[in-house]
Amino acid sequence: MDFGRISRRHLLQGGAALTLGAAAGVRPAFAAETTIGFIYVGSRDDYGYNQAHAQGAAALKKIPGLKVVEEEKVPETDAVEKTIESMINLDGATLLFPTSFGYYNPHMIKMANKFPKLRFEHCGGLWSDKDPKNAGSYFGYIDEAQYISGIIAGYTSKSGKLGFVAAKPIPQVLRNINAFALGAKLANPKATTQVIFTGDWSMPVKEAEATNSLIDQGVDVLTCHVDGPKTMVENAARRGAFVCGYHTNQSPLAPKAYLTGAEWNWEALYPKFVKMIAAGESIPNFYRGGLKEEIVKTSPYGEAVSAEARKHADDVKAKFLSAEGYAIFKGGLVDNKGKSVIAAGNDRGQKDPELEKMDYLVEGVIGATS
Amino acid sequence: MADGSIGLWTVPLAVLGGAIRVSTPFLFVSLGECITERSGRINLGLEGTLVMGAMSAYGISYLTGSPWLGVLAAGITGALLGALHAGICSLPRVNDVAVGIALMLFGTGLAFYLGKPLIEPTAPRLPAIDFGWWSDIPQVRAALRVNALFLIGIALAPILYWAFRTTRWGLLIRTAGESSDAARAMGHSVLLIRLRATMVGGFLAGIGGSFLSLFYPGSWNEGLSSGQGITAVALVIFARWDPLLCLWASLAFGGAAALGPALQSVGVTSGYHLFNAAPYILTLAIMIITCSPKRTLTGAPAELSITR
Repeated sequence: MDFGRISRRHLLQGGAALTLGAAAGVRPAFAAETTIGFIYVGSRDDYGYNQAHAQGAAALKKIPGLKVVEEEKVPETDAVEKTIESMINLDGATLLFPTSFGYYNPHMIKMANKFPKLRFEHCGGLWSDKDPKNAGSYFGYIDEAQYISGIIAGYTSKSGKLGFVAAKPIPQVLRNINAFALGAKLANPKATTQVIFTGDWSMPVKEAEATNSLIDQGVDVLTCHVDGPKTMVENAARRGAFVCGYHTNQSPLAPKAYLTGAEWNWEALYPKFVKMIAAGESIPNFYRGGLKEEIVKTSPYGEAVSAEARKHADDVKAKFLSAEGYAIFKGGLVDNKGKSVIAAGNDRGQKDPELEKMDYLVEGVIGATS
Repeated sequence: MADGSIGLWTVPLAVLGGAIRVSTPFLFVSLGECITERSGRINLGLEGTLVMGAMSAYGISYLTGSPWLGVLAAGITGALLGALHAGICSLPRVNDVAVGIALMLFGTGLAFYLGKPLIEPTAPRLPAIDFGWWSDIPQVRAALRVNALFLIGIALAPILYWAFRTTRWGLLIRTAGESSDAARAMGHSVLLIRLRATMVGGFLAGIGGSFLSLFYPGSWNEGLSSGQGITAVALVIFARWDPLLCLWASLAFGGAAALGPALQSVGVTSGYHLFNAAPYILTLAIMIITCSPKRTLTGAPAELSITR
């Protein structure tokens, strides 16, 4: 139990200890000590979105000369502005990571204008030329990892019915559902993915009910896009279904049922950002990437994954990693109402901004966006 | 069917399964609140008690390896929170509704703070009793996996109904709730009766919380309750302070919570926000139907601060 990691004050003390360690002989990588502030919308240990960012922050704590301050459960309101100001004025933070979607506009933009010499990096926002130059937005194409999960799920499912417990029908979520369904169809062209929307990011009872309803319908592999996948993973495993994880690696929760999962890889990205700053380079204001850029990763395969599934998934992963890349959303794509959504021959590469406006479910998904 | 699907039968089955799985916390909180309110006091803090119960049950189960000790710990935590509520309300000119709201925030806040290190570990869960052995349909078997707490809750409702009517304790609680002067004239301390009633109410609400973290959904996290404690308090009012009606109302709420996901799973996808909101719509509808400006609610204890 690490009660010591609870408050920011404790972190400050920890940071101070680290500085002492640096002074005592370890040569710091930075000329002056740099303080980095992390702000989370939820709990840092949610086995999900916020934990993934906290793991990235933890990677920074290991670098000598860096001090990390964190605050969790900051609502997407004026509160985040107050947190940012106190991190800057009291803790001397010069690089800030407000990690939740709703922090971006107007809150973080306002702060970036107020403190033009400091650097702000936001997760998930869409930076445009009108926004301040000292602000940036980064995000990962986690649908690539969901696509891999879909392939594994398609091979593993006996009924050909897959389930997806989702929070809200927003573009990021729809893109994950569609990628998962398309991946599954690579493995089994007849595979269907049934989606249930719970209506909000953290509704454990609804998520458990959705999981049970899907399994009652014959679904035998499930994944999700909610803040904390723990409820879905544990309840599905109890019913004997297989699961693919999301956000972080949930295999300790259900070692036998866990196939693979789509994980964020912030612990690779954040040190990269810091190195860029230390080297005097500027971080691109609009930063995106997937498996190749090491912003997302897949969980190690579980024991139930067949050799055939591993091989197919690894082949596709190699294509994502290759120089020319790989398009999940190829031309000739039809949605589940029979309407053409991407014209034939008009492949949409991963970086295509149109994909960040997705509002449809592809053929093979059972469900509706409204 | 060959692929193991049971088609549209999923919906009634899920509503039945939901009634069994989801209703238990509603049942315990509403029965507890029923006792407290019958003694003439409202404890709105049971949402906080429910969350504290869920957290302490999970923590104790994780540390000791015994989920039943966790249930006991949740009950004791709930009783202590009940004692705190009753203690503050014993002071002169204190409003029990305001204290309840304060304790609701206190309970959830404290549970989130202390529960931080408990989100990651997996604690031993309460066992399930398999009532579906007669069926070879896996869905039916899954729906009929029942926890002992649910059975205790079902037994508790008629016992309470009987106890209110025929036992001395029931009479005392009702006297304190209907006319504190009469109770005093009989030589009883109204404050002491209410203290005990609130503690028992808190004990039951705490146990309701332990069901959430130790059985279904079955792990501790901060969104676990999402307002179920509040809903259960409202449920007491339209159950007319009658333990038997509390039981039916809890079952209806459990079933309503399962309706949204179940309809989506069979392909009824339009308007799922409405179906997801079914429990709340049910609350509102029943409150509107049962309220009247001309009279106080039938069955309401006369000493309650909302009816006085």
